[in-house]
Amino acid sequence: MTNFATLTRMRIQLTLRNKMFLFFSVIMPFGFFFLYAGVFARGIPLVVRYFLGPVMALTVMGSFWGLSAALVTFREQGILRRFHVTPVTPSDMLASSIVANFVLTLPTIVLELLLARFIFHVTDLGNLFSAFLLIALGTMSFASLGLVVASVTNTMQETQVINQLIWLPLIFLSGATVPLADLPQAVKRVGLFLPATYLVTELQDAVYWSAAPWNRDFLIALASLAVWTILTFFLSAQLFRWEPEAKIPGRAKLLVAATAIPFLLLGIWENKSSRTISKSQAMFDSLNAPSKPGSSSSKTP
Amino acid sequence: MANSILQVENLLKRYGDVEAVRGVSFAVEEGEVFGLLGPNGAGKTSTVEILEGLRTLDSGRVSVCGLDPQQDSAALKHEIGAALQSTSLPDKLRVMEALRLFASFYKRRRNPEELLKRFGLEEKRNTFYSQLSGGQKQRLALAMALVNDPKVLFFDEPTAGLDPQVRREIYDIIEELRREKKTIVMTTHYIEEAERLCDRVAIVDHGKVIALGTPRDLKAHSGGTTRIEVRLSKPESNGTLKNLDGATDAREVDGTYVIHSKRPPQTIVSLVKHLEAQDNELVSLEIASPSLEDVFIEMTGRRLRD
Repeated sequence: MTNFATLTRMRIQLTLRNKMFLFFSVIMPFGFFFLYAGVFARGIPLVVRYFLGPVMALTVMGSFWGLSAALVTFREQGILRRFHVTPVTPSDMLASSIVANFVLTLPTIVLELLLARFIFHVTDLGNLFSAFLLIALGTMSFASLGLVVASVTNTMQETQVINQLIWLPLIFLSGATVPLADLPQAVKRVGLFLPATYLVTELQDAVYWSAAPWNRDFLIALASLAVWTILTFFLSAQLFRWEPEAKIPGRAKLLVAATAIPFLLLGIWENKSSRTISKSQAMFDSLNAPSKPGSSSSKTP
Repeated sequence: MANSILQVENLLKRYGDVEAVRGVSFAVEEGEVFGLLGPNGAGKTSTVEILEGLRTLDSGRVSVCGLDPQQDSAALKHEIGAALQSTSLPDKLRVMEALRLFASFYKRRRNPEELLKRFGLEEKRNTFYSQLSGGQKQRLALAMALVNDPKVLFFDEPTAGLDPQVRREIYDIIEELRREKKTIVMTTHYIEEAERLCDRVAIVDHGKVIALGTPRDLKAHSGGTTRIEVRLSKPESNGTLKNLDGATDAREVDGTYVIHSKRPPQTIVSLVKHLEAQDNELVSLEIASPSLEDVFIEMTGRRLRD
C-alpha cells in the first residue's frame, strides 16, 4: 500500500515536469472548452450548460492517453526492470498510473466548471454529485483501457497507432464531439457499444438535466463502467511485463477482446430499448424549444 | 557448504532453442566477493537474474538467503540489492528523490543522506538523472543497490562501458564494500576486475563453469608460467616452439603465438636463434606474468575480450 502511494507521488511529480503533459492535459482540454462554449454555444449560458457534459467527458476520456503510455517508455528504457528487483508489484505500478492520472485530471475538470460558472454565467451546474461519480469512475476506466494497450504493445510507436485507432471512434461516435442526435441512425446504433457514449450522455444528463445518482440509467452506466474498470485493470495486471525483451504471447492478446464484453452486452440491450438515443435526442431538442428555461428549473426526464 | 548464503546446483536456462545456462553449480559464502568471469553471452547475466528472481529457471536448484527466488520472490526482494545491466531511471527524477523512492519500498532501510555522501553524490542531490555522467549514474546505481542494507548484493557488469578512470572509482567503492564483509556476486568480462576485486572466481563459458577458485589458485593451475606472446613474419609450427628452452606450451591464438615458459630469458634467446636459422622475423614480442586470461585461453583456446 505504501509502495503504491510513493509511486503515485513520483508519477505525479514526473508528469508535472513533462512539457507534453502541459499540452495534452491543460492546453488541449481548455482549447476544447472555449471552442464548445464560445464557438458552438456562442456563449449562451443554456447551450454552454448543454455542452459542458461532452466537454468534461472529453477531458475524462483523455485519461486514456494519460500516464499509461509513459509505462511503455519506462519498459523500453529498462526503467521497469529496476523496479522489478524491488518489492514493487505490477498492481502497485498500474494503480499508481490510474490514481496519479486522476489527481492530475481533477483540477482541469474543476477549472472547466468554474469557467462555465463565472465566464459563461452558467448559474446552475446541475447535479454535481452525479457528475463527480461519473468523472471519477470514467477517469479510472479510461486510464485502465490505456493500460491494457500499454500491456499488449511492444513499442511506443505501436502504442500510439493503436491508441489513435481506439480514440477516434470513441470521440466521434459517442456524442463527445458531434451530438449523438446529429449522427445518422446507423452510427448511433454503433455508438451504443462504446463506453464513451454512456459517459457523455449521463454526464450531460447530470449537468444539463440535474439527473440524480439514483435514477436507473445513471446506475446502469455507473455499474457498467465499474465492471469495465475492474476487468481492464485485472487484464492489464495479468499482461504486465517488466522486461523490454519480454514479448506478449498471441493467446494473451485475445484476452483483450474480453474488455469489450460489458459494453457489448449493454449495447445489445440498448439497441433494443433505445433509451439512451431518445434521451440524447430529448436533451438536444430541448435546446431549440424556447419554452424550457434551462438555467433555473431542474427537469428530470 | 550446507549453510552457504547462496547456492546454485545444476542450473539450466533455455531461451527457445538456445541453452544459455547449461548446468551451472557454485556456492557463495557470507562475506565473500564472488565473480562470474566470462565473455559476453556466456550465461552470466541469465544466472544472476535467476538468482535475483527476475527470471524463471528450467531446471536445477537455487537458493539465496535460504529462500527460493521463484517461490519466495517477494520475501527475497527485501534481502537483496542489485545494480542491473541495461537499466535506467526516469529522466526527470532527481538523485535524492531516486534514493528516497527506492528506500521507501523496503522494510529495512539505510539513511539515503549517508549513501549520498558515501558515493560522492552530495553535490548532485538535486540533479536530474538525465544530466548525470555515466560514472555518476553507475555510482547512483550502486548506492541504490544498498538502500535496503541487503544481505546479498548483485552487480552485473558494474564497469561495462565506463572509461578507465571512472572504472577505478567503481573499483574503490567495491573494494570498500569488500572490506566491510558484504556478500557480493558480480559478473564481469574484465580480467583485471575479477583478479582485483573477487575472493573467488568462476570462469564461465558457453553456459558452463569451466574453472572455479581464488584468482591465485586458478593462476597456479595454469602452471605458474610466464606468457610470451610473439608475432612472426612467417608462420611457425606450434611443435617447434614448444621445444624451445624452458617452454612448457605453445599455441596459436588469433595469429599470435602464445608460449608459456618456466625460464623466460632462455626461451627468448633460443627463440631468436631459431628464427634466425629459419630466416623468420620477430614482428612483436610481449611478456606477461600469468593472469586469469591464461587460464581462460588454456581452457577454451580463445581470448576473453570485448
